[in-house]
Amino acid sequence: MDGEELTEQETALYDRQIRVWGANAQRRLTKSHILVSGIKGTVAEFCKNIVLAGVGSVTLMDDSLVNEEALNANFLIPPDENAYRGKTVAEICCDSLKDFNPMVLVSVEKGDLSARSTEFFEKFDVVVIGYGSLATKKAVNEKCRKLSKRVAFYTVDCRDSCGEIFVDLQDYKYTKVPCMMLQFCMSILTSLLWNFQQKKLEEKVECELNFPSFQEAVSVPWKPIPRRTAKLYFAMRVIEVFEENEGRKHGQCSLLDLPTVLEIKKKLCEANTVSESHVPDSLLERLITGTIEFPPACAIVGGILAQEVIKAVSGKGEPLNNFFYYDAQDGKGVMENISNSFTS
Amino acid sequence: MDTQQQQSSIQGAKVLMVGAGGIGCELLKTLALSGFQDIHIIDMDTIEVSNLNRQFLFRRSHVGQSKAKVARDAVLRFRPHINIRSYHANVKNPEFDVDFFKQFDVVLNGLDNLDARRHVNRLCLAADVPLVESGTTGFLGQVTVHVKGKTECYECQTKPAPKTYPVCTITSTPTKFVHCIVWAKDLLFAKLFGDKNQDNDLNVRANNAASSSKETEDVFERAEDEDIDQYGRKIYDHVFGYNIEAALSNEETWKNRRRPRPIYSKEVLPECMSQQNGSTQNCSATDDDSTVSAMPLLGLKNPQELWGLTQNSLVFIEALKLFFAKRKKEIGHLTFDKDDQLAVEFVTAAANIRAESFGIPLHSLFEAKGIAGNIVHAVATTNAIVAGLIVIEAIKVLKKDADKYRMTYCLEHPSRKMLLMPVEPFEPNPACYVCSKTPLVLEINTRKSKLRDLVDKIVTAKLGMNLPLVMHGASLLYEVGDDLDAIMVANYNANLEKSLSELPSPVINGSILTVEDLQQELSCKINVKHREEFDEEKEPEGMVLSGWTQSPATNGESASTSNNENEKAVDVTESSSGPEMASKKRRLSETQPENDKKETENVESDDDELMEIENPVMVSKKKKRVE
Repeated sequence: MDGEELTEQETALYDRQIRVWGANAQRRLTKSHILVSGIKGTVAEFCKNIVLAGVGSVTLMDDSLVNEEALNANFLIPPDENAYRGKTVAEICCDSLKDFNPMVLVSVEKGDLSARSTEFFEKFDVVVIGYGSLATKKAVNEKCRKLSKRVAFYTVDCRDSCGEIFVDLQDYKYTKVPCMMLQFCMSILTSLLWNFQQKKLEEKVECELNFPSFQEAVSVPWKPIPRRTAKLYFAMRVIEVFEENEGRKHGQCSLLDLPTVLEIKKKLCEANTVSESHVPDSLLERLITGTIEFPPACAIVGGILAQEVIKAVSGKGEPLNNFFYYDAQDGKGVMENISNSFTS
Repeated sequence: MDTQQQQSSIQGAKVLMVGAGGIGCELLKTLALSGFQDIHIIDMDTIEVSNLNRQFLFRRSHVGQSKAKVARDAVLRFRPHINIRSYHANVKNPEFDVDFFKQFDVVLNGLDNLDARRHVNRLCLAADVPLVESGTTGFLGQVTVHVKGKTECYECQTKPAPKTYPVCTITSTPTKFVHCIVWAKDLLFAKLFGDKNQDNDLNVRANNAASSSKETEDVFERAEDEDIDQYGRKIYDHVFGYNIEAALSNEETWKNRRRPRPIYSKEVLPECMSQQNGSTQNCSATDDDSTVSAMPLLGLKNPQELWGLTQNSLVFIEALKLFFAKRKKEIGHLTFDKDDQLAVEFVTAAANIRAESFGIPLHSLFEAKGIAGNIVHAVATTNAIVAGLIVIEAIKVLKKDADKYRMTYCLEHPSRKMLLMPVEPFEPNPACYVCSKTPLVLEINTRKSKLRDLVDKIVTAKLGMNLPLVMHGASLLYEVGDDLDAIMVANYNANLEKSLSELPSPVINGSILTVEDLQQELSCKINVKHREEFDEEKEPEGMVLSGWTQSPATNGESASTSNNENEKAVDVTESSSGPEMASKKRRLSETQPENDKKETENVESDDDELMEIENPVMVSKKKKRVE
């Protein structure tokens, strides 16, 4: 058993989800501390989900001021100028989130994430970077990895109607139920079978995974990566380099930048000795012109991300290893495993 | 996506949402954010505490209020200028007729029961409005699109019927915990606290029971000043001791089955329960009836804890006492309610004692409550994901992008790397009695079965008709409606009690019945075939309906007959997940010309993109090979 029992109020509120992941997992959730940086539509969805799930605390970092774009896909910001004038996105979202579940501590941390010391991250069990720059993602991931305490690290990025999630759980031990047949019964019956499985605790299996760092995962040579891998992986790497080179923030681009982006793509493909068809131009065009997020994609990617964080905190269930891609155009949500193991 | 065109189809669309619960809250939010401006939402429920872990538009202060109304108010707060119309009503109400449905461009379901889904399916077909269906349970979810004439309707693939158990399994030969729950809930609880006039199979006995039935009826009656504790023990001994011994006397039953053991209160409980008596009395002055509970009086705090026989027995007696001491007025009118703590405690205890007797593993209150209350386990994330998928399909429907319609499955573990798996919809089933008007065949004993049986079990339950009409040729045998005069109603009631062959227009072998629901605009022909005998175990209803082509049930059988503890008993309100396993059938794309100009860079073929859902066993085997 992990510490104190859940209170009667918690048991009543979380009844339906305790039936999904169990009381122990719920207990661990209520003790977890999540740091979230960069709040737009997808991250707003993510925050809503983890607050409802009953995590211990959520610390929000986003000093940008509320503007029309923020109002668009972020339902945590009420469109009342009197309410949000002069406030940062984090501050407004904090107030809304508290409302969803008074048992969760939601607070705001001001300042630049990349300027934080390694010790700062020790306070958290999970760090989520939304829409971060390449440099920030690398720096924070390195700091998290330096700590003796394992801090789960996630990045998330949504553009147009696509999304990317990156997961780094370092060396991770977890339990899972090894029945694979379960999920193919797409029926009411499935849920019943699943529930049945939940009771068979003795059938759980202990597993271990080793995750590559963010730095490693984005620097993997392209040639050995299997051809069927989601094109979004490569496209996002191109965009990452573009934004870094041009000093742009997330989404600060347009069709006018396409030639520059295609140049970067060409160079990257050459450097990796792969043909240019490896990264479809049309996909790159979508990503730089579709600067506002697509709310349904936000809901989907925000939901997947929250499930991952819940799994990592509870230590229960097989985690995504190590990228997730969604594209509303083909409707697929895929997991991709990308590490240097391809080269060995 | 062509944004301009897309935005205008969204802005001009009129959308109906059915359901404002788990999926509904997420859906309404996402629709509003996506630019929809005219949304109607129907939901008959009010808000409960257990909803708040995922139905995020609601707050604790809203408990008891209409879900549809509160959801509307909450969304208007961040999108004040859109039009949302809420209806606190049952979607099956006559006001939601075909004309009502015709005003919408698309209907989006976020329901939690099969009955309502079928009803909406039929109305959408009648109104020729596309329907996007969905369902979630735990981490699993799915979204499907149904467009009349183009894709399957929701009922083209038969949905698993609500699970019912043969009476004898419940009354005499339980083998699973759920059987004990059904016994405790629908028999014992009903007998003790429910309507006394209802038939009750609790004392179904072996053949040699003879004349003692009067005695046993008296056992359940409590004399005016009979000591509650004594009464409780008497009931205990009767149902767990005496009844079991009587059942054991029938050798035949137990030839190949594990014999239950009789349990008597004196072997489990202390003779004198003065301590417990004292605590019950002490509480009389201050206790609020609705929060009366046996557990705290017995020092039991954790609903997830497994109780032993003694503890269960103590709870049994204590809960029974509390009903009589604190809630006497309700006795005789109670029905089991999962939110009635005392009822849950009683049913858990009773089920566990019976389980102990039959060698079935015991369960905690938490688990028992889930089974007895048919509780669907649910989390916010799956609902959010499914809501996103629904909106994406809705947009395709509005743009009439038929090639792009997909059924999307949200999985817990990746299958061929996919957590979200899109599949092309199937063509309508030409043998679907709902959208393709296939006639049905009913095997029934026309001399023994009454019209009432046919109406209840076939027309209402199996065919899902709401306001049915039953005709034999020109003769109207039965109908439901507000505008019927007393003579007609009396006539129909009389017909219900007659056996089929004795009806004014006799229904015999070879007769063809027409059953209709005018609201759903559904009409079915049923060919009646007389059959003398039905197997009590395999055909407990005493009749068999067939005729439409079932989807080649791939691995469905193993699931439907599984050892699932959470399956319900007699009356099922099942989980919220929707359509089941697809089979190998004609895919939509096979009949349409190649019109997608695939980009030259995109080398993946159609086969790669869309997975065919095969036999689950085969798929899992495939997966093993790849790994």
